[in-house]
Amino acid sequence: MQQPLEHFIKALRASEVRVSVAEAIEAHEVVAAVGYSDRQLLKDALSITVAKSEEEKERFDETFELYFARTEFRDPLDEGEDGSDENNMPQFGDGEGAPETGNELADLLLEGDRQEMAAQMEQAGQQVGVGNIRFFTQRGFFARRLLDQMGLRELERLIAELNRGGEGQPEDAMEMAAALEQGRSMLLDEARSYVDRQYELYARAAGEQLRAEFLEQTSLANIERRDFDRMSRIVRRMAKKLAARYMRRHRQARRGQLDIRRTLRVNMANDGVPFHTVWKTKKVDRPKIVAICDVSRSVAAAAQFLLLFLYSLNEVIAQLRSFAFSSNLIEVSHTLEHHEVDEAIPLILKDIGFRPTDYGQALRDLKDEFLDTIDRRTTVIMLGDGRSNYSDPEIEIMRQINERSQRVIWLNPEPESFWGTGDSEMNRYRPFCHVAKTVNTIKGLERVIDDLLRSTTRV
Amino acid sequence: MNDTRAEKLKDIETIIAGLGEQNYIASRQISTAILIAQNLSKPILVEGSAGVGKTELALSTAAYLDLPLIRMQCYEGLDESKALYEWKYGKQLLYTQVLKEQIGDVLQGATTLHDSMARLNDFSDVFFSEQFLEARPLLNALQQKAGAVLLIDEVDKSNEEFEAFLLEILSEFQVTIPEIGTIKADTPPIVFLTSNNTRDMGDALKRRCLHLFIPLPDAKLEERIVAARVPNLDARLRKQLVFFVQQMRELDLKKLPSISETIDWARVMVLLHAEDLDRTLVHETLNVLLKFEEDIRTVEQQSTELIRNAVKGAETGRLAATA
Repeated sequence: MQQPLEHFIKALRASEVRVSVAEAIEAHEVVAAVGYSDRQLLKDALSITVAKSEEEKERFDETFELYFARTEFRDPLDEGEDGSDENNMPQFGDGEGAPETGNELADLLLEGDRQEMAAQMEQAGQQVGVGNIRFFTQRGFFARRLLDQMGLRELERLIAELNRGGEGQPEDAMEMAAALEQGRSMLLDEARSYVDRQYELYARAAGEQLRAEFLEQTSLANIERRDFDRMSRIVRRMAKKLAARYMRRHRQARRGQLDIRRTLRVNMANDGVPFHTVWKTKKVDRPKIVAICDVSRSVAAAAQFLLLFLYSLNEVIAQLRSFAFSSNLIEVSHTLEHHEVDEAIPLILKDIGFRPTDYGQALRDLKDEFLDTIDRRTTVIMLGDGRSNYSDPEIEIMRQINERSQRVIWLNPEPESFWGTGDSEMNRYRPFCHVAKTVNTIKGLERVIDDLLRSTTRV
Repeated sequence: MNDTRAEKLKDIETIIAGLGEQNYIASRQISTAILIAQNLSKPILVEGSAGVGKTELALSTAAYLDLPLIRMQCYEGLDESKALYEWKYGKQLLYTQVLKEQIGDVLQGATTLHDSMARLNDFSDVFFSEQFLEARPLLNALQQKAGAVLLIDEVDKSNEEFEAFLLEILSEFQVTIPEIGTIKADTPPIVFLTSNNTRDMGDALKRRCLHLFIPLPDAKLEERIVAARVPNLDARLRKQLVFFVQQMRELDLKKLPSISETIDWARVMVLLHAEDLDRTLVHETLNVLLKFEEDIRTVEQQSTELIRNAVKGAETGRLAATA
């Protein structure tokens, strides 16, 4: 009774529904309470017990359907109602007095007992551990092992013997061999689709994870277009994770001011003698961020992802002002706020993207229009390569920004050895950045932002 | 008492029927959740967008089971002295005064210090006792002899410390008061927590709860709900109304109208003695359904088509695909 549920939970975990041990135990209790007889009831009951968010519920539904849909061998009689398809399934005689061949699997095939066959396949599958399948390429291997476990070799030997004929073989040996041969090919099909289902259940999500990990570490410039969807999912998940960790308000003790009300309350147990003192606290605000993103031609490959990141950041941080520029700088907070991600990014790129860079112009625009968005609680993030086409880099404005803000962080997709070469002004901007780093992978981006949020909240 | 409760919650059909009597149309998922909650004695965390009937579910359950409903509204800064218990300071002070006067009588005849201490120890200590305890909602719910329905509303509005503090109550149905000890519920209350998902709840809390998600209803269910809540609305108009709202949910709006808005709108229609949906009527009453100026404008632009589809849908019984 317990087995199917345990495997189901394993399948759930494989498809990224987090099921803790305690929840697994509860799932058992729930099943004990509702039983397996009512499918819908079982599904609803398990769903409220183990899937704890809207996304998890979706994945739960998928996995449930997949997991409990199996073990139905196709019934050939359903296909042709008049029974013309009958020879799809080896039926020997009228099925009633199927001959004994001395081979269990062969008997089973000749009898045509689908349910028993499904059960045996299930059992064999567990014995060879099909649930451990990890890669798409392993399917053939597992299908073979599954069939071996069920006794395919013996069956093949039997078929060969029957075909050879000769002494000691029943009279209708050839017919029987043909029937078994047919049964064998059906068995192969079923085994393959069984393994496919197992792969779907246990491994697809793991493969996806592997792919995601790989993408996280690939240089932004090298990521191919077809991975864009996957990428945007990764970035969103990352932004959400970071937000969950840091966006709550922190309290910080303000030393020296006694919170009289709470002190009295705490010390009621001591008849009001203040053994324990409680100090007033103040709330530490969520980080306030101004992000400025270069979308010019020189960073074309990375611009999409920088904007994508900006978009995700915008979803999770309340106080974010974002700007984008090639030469002229515009505010894009509104665009990011009011459009879906796949609309917003092309919209911004169409507006100002892929033009020649002019950092000086961009900084002048920032100074003229938006300098008051930067105050001493603001963190300024620059995303760009610092290549300014030999125009005036306006180092002076950078210095002002540095002075006004809490800190300035420059994330550059180029490796550090390129900084200062050609038209790169990076080395001149650098003294006015609190942090200047090379970031060219998603993983790196995550690490930097993680550092960033941690240090702002600690201030 | 407990038997009737178990009896009333014995299977899904009974629960659906019972809540139906309270004019709450429950889906199978909802009643399954209540069934499991009863069997495993676990709280239910109800999520869903505003106005799909999360709070109403708790109210109806309480009414159905004939149990008192104890409601606690969460907000930022809610702490244990407001949620759990508070000492009656004034009375405690009076008590010490009285004690001071009486102490002579108590210690009369004691000659040595040791003797006095022994007498004092014999004298029962009531300073920290339940007499001086002011029960707040959570403690109150545990103290109900016959059980209760405890509704912890909008738990996502409270801060994280409070969430952690709920854990003991939710998993063991007990609270620990340092000065007295642990108070355990005689009959575990049925607990509903509701959340609008303004922030993600912690894993620890989610793990201790059953998780019920109430989606926006489909046309059929919504019609039944409106019928139950606004019985004196004409059936044809009700259909039109529901179809109209269903179409609106397909639009790109800031805030989609949920069931409570549909019900409000239906009540408005009854008040206005409306017979059919038409343009002026919709335009005049749209502010009942939509709470943003932008949304109202979006819908007004398309209202002719929406109304036509809704009226047609009400006749044929199903909604034509919207463009």
